[in-house]
Amino acid sequence: MRRILALLTIGLLAAAPARAAENVSDFTLDNGMQVVVIEDHRAPVVMHMVWYRSGSADETAGVSGVAHFLEHLLFKGTDKLEPGEFSATVAAQGGRDNAFTSYDYTAYFQRVAADRLELMMTMESDRMVNLRLGQEEILTERDVIIEERNMRTENSPGALFREQMNAAQYYNHRYGVPIIGWRHEMETLSLEDALAYYGTYYAPNNAILVVAGDVDPQDVLALAKTYYGVLPANPDLMPRDRTSEPRQTSARRMVFEDPRVAQPYVTRSYLAPERNPGAQSQAAALTMLAEILGGGSTSVLNQKLQFEQQKVIYAGAFYGGTSLDMTTFDLTVVPADGVSLQDAEDAMDAVIAAFLEEGVDQAQLDRIKMQLRASQVYARDSVESIANRYGRALTTGLTVEDVQAWPDVLQAVTEQDILDAARAVFDRKQSVTGWLTSGHATGGSQ
Amino acid sequence: MKRWIVAVLFACTALPAWADVKIQEITSPGGITAWLVQEPSIPFVALELRFRGGASLDLPDKRGATSLMVGLLEEGAGELDAQGFARATEELAAGFSYDSGDDTVSISARFLTENRDQAVALLRTSLVEPNFDDASLERVRGQVLSIIRSNEKDPNEIAARAFDQLAFGDHPYGSAAEGTVDTVSALTRDDIVAAHAAAMARDRLYIGVVGDISAEELGALLDTLLGGLPATGADMPMPATLALTGGTTVVDYETPQSVALFGHAGIERHDDDFFAAYVLNTILGGGGFESRLMTEVREKRGLTYGVYSYLAPKDLAALYIGSVASANDRISETVSVIKAEWAHMAESGVTQDELEKAKALLTGAYPLRFDGNGAIARIMVGMQMDDLPIDYIATRNDKVNAVTLDDVNRVARELLKPEELRFVIVGKPEGL
Repeated sequence: MRRILALLTIGLLAAAPARAAENVSDFTLDNGMQVVVIEDHRAPVVMHMVWYRSGSADETAGVSGVAHFLEHLLFKGTDKLEPGEFSATVAAQGGRDNAFTSYDYTAYFQRVAADRLELMMTMESDRMVNLRLGQEEILTERDVIIEERNMRTENSPGALFREQMNAAQYYNHRYGVPIIGWRHEMETLSLEDALAYYGTYYAPNNAILVVAGDVDPQDVLALAKTYYGVLPANPDLMPRDRTSEPRQTSARRMVFEDPRVAQPYVTRSYLAPERNPGAQSQAAALTMLAEILGGGSTSVLNQKLQFEQQKVIYAGAFYGGTSLDMTTFDLTVVPADGVSLQDAEDAMDAVIAAFLEEGVDQAQLDRIKMQLRASQVYARDSVESIANRYGRALTTGLTVEDVQAWPDVLQAVTEQDILDAARAVFDRKQSVTGWLTSGHATGGSQ
Repeated sequence: MKRWIVAVLFACTALPAWADVKIQEITSPGGITAWLVQEPSIPFVALELRFRGGASLDLPDKRGATSLMVGLLEEGAGELDAQGFARATEELAAGFSYDSGDDTVSISARFLTENRDQAVALLRTSLVEPNFDDASLERVRGQVLSIIRSNEKDPNEIAARAFDQLAFGDHPYGSAAEGTVDTVSALTRDDIVAAHAAAMARDRLYIGVVGDISAEELGALLDTLLGGLPATGADMPMPATLALTGGTTVVDYETPQSVALFGHAGIERHDDDFFAAYVLNTILGGGGFESRLMTEVREKRGLTYGVYSYLAPKDLAALYIGSVASANDRISETVSVIKAEWAHMAESGVTQDELEKAKALLTGAYPLRFDGNGAIARIMVGMQMDDLPIDYIATRNDKVNAVTLDDVNRVARELLKPEELRFVIVGKPEGL
């Protein structure tokens, strides 16, 4: 009996090293709300977050930006709280609060002294179901989000360019619509639009509580049952069956001209698979591919184009695999003075073609894997980044087990996996190529 | 059995709250002083180095030299070229970042316990024997020129340049630390070598260390890492004279949202009224969603996404500044509201209720800053540069709580000068 117990213990430890290192517990309340607790007892501080499994890509057509608009409106009043009182109360406790919206999730957080957790839960559970909005504050806050769009997007040619690139990448999926919304639709967002989204998605069975810091998991569970566990589930909540992309059969090209552009560049995006529960290996290979091609000065694109050929001043590759639906793999090259955008693009394509022929430098792959191992050590210094990692994963269809398996999945990636993933994703028919220019000498670098 | 012992040790080494952890001041055998917090629960060290002086040490016709020099530190050192240095850093999974500002050159490093000696040896080469080779100089110069050209078309950067020029004229504070296209194009390797000798010397160095290292180990590390730096550098830059006057400056620029910076003279970090001013600013425009400016400009009128004010006590001058952005047809109303709030605060001060709330915010938020080894190392370096005592953390909230309503309202009258506010607006503002 004792021998069996010992074997069992070793097996569990071997299977969940990340879990042990990160001190993670997870529960599900009777109403369907998921609870994740991450312990870090170094400082008497707690991060309290509620993540909703809905974001801008869950909006209906015609009301783009409503998920983000509603996020702003949740800081207005409820039956118990005056407009602004939520943040004022957090501030009076010396805390910090805010919220953020993405394609797949909307999240609210407060960072406070650990002994104020119960007060945060009181208020956050209240606004999950008891929001009270008036017409006047709707109009004022709509002006605020339009100014936010002015700041983030309208004043930035790079942001306007990315918005057009995304719209061209997706024919039929809401990832092609900006999170903040198209301006002409934002201008007509109404109280009814906001409340329709709220009524559909703000319910405990669509939410995940993430608590990270100096807390005991059982204490958190007890508080969660008291404040969130009593809220009724929304029985009408539907599965997240979004419209999907048809087969993409034509390479798209665009030139975005804006006199405010000082430094032209080329970006290429390819439609790419995302991380899926129990099936993360292709996404892991693409994650490694992005590092190999564009992660820092030793990456293939920078080594060839910046250092050897001196045709670019910067090259990058980006892949965001934590996504509910099809994501993108992006390449960017910024030409050196005197190099045209066409030359930079051609040089980029030549390097990719040569890479697919020559394969992966084993020493580079080893360095990347060493850095990934170390990142697990460094990550323990920031309990907030761990909390964000779980929140993003769980709202994009992944499980706690997937999050904890991810480091091992990355370590297991081979050269063949990377090349297979690269050949599959680098399909020009599923791509958009964009040039950002000042409009004066298209194709030139000035 | 071994596994069981490890588990028990882990439980026993759980740390007390940060407030209970003492900062040690250590001096290396070679005479280098640092502040240390030992934090052995995660096997890495965060190291923060700062050299006082920074980009303000640039000689008059060499603007951008310090900034470019700092950008080149990681681009080849000792036996390694730029790619070799980057590969060596990656193999150790260390992280080194090099940065410069108006008043400082700062280096942030983190490295694992398992290869600490190798990481420190590598970092040393970049600080003490950087190559500044021609290939790296030309490549990084190209990157800096691209950044300068982009900044020339970025409304926020245009506003900062115009504001700084009005405030400080020919003093280094009056221009961009990265230099201009002309000055950066003219910099030579000799200029970079001179900037290195001027800025990175032991007589202006401050050090904070947090992590898995003992005082004795750190002493040896500091001598290895920094013993090769020169003992002295260039004379410190001269104090800046603030030439700002009241009024509005418009920089015409075709963009839909106008960006505004505003400000006038501020208050020194060592002024007896600094904490009263800090509390005052929290209420006026520094305290997030609850500040008066945020309430009046954003919450009540929807004129902006964000409006903020800051005390900016730099080494050579002190400013009180703020920033906001509104659509071109709304910025004029925004400016009017800000001016009115500035004047209202100067005349009427704050209420007892506002004072209590601001104190609660400031004293409650203070311990939340100590969140991670790197953050604590940076705080400790900041304390040393501000000449604060080593026990400052324990007394800081008392200083906030000691501020009275009379203090804040007297400082409001003395510090806030609505007629001296200079607004710099970049865009196509209407109705100004």
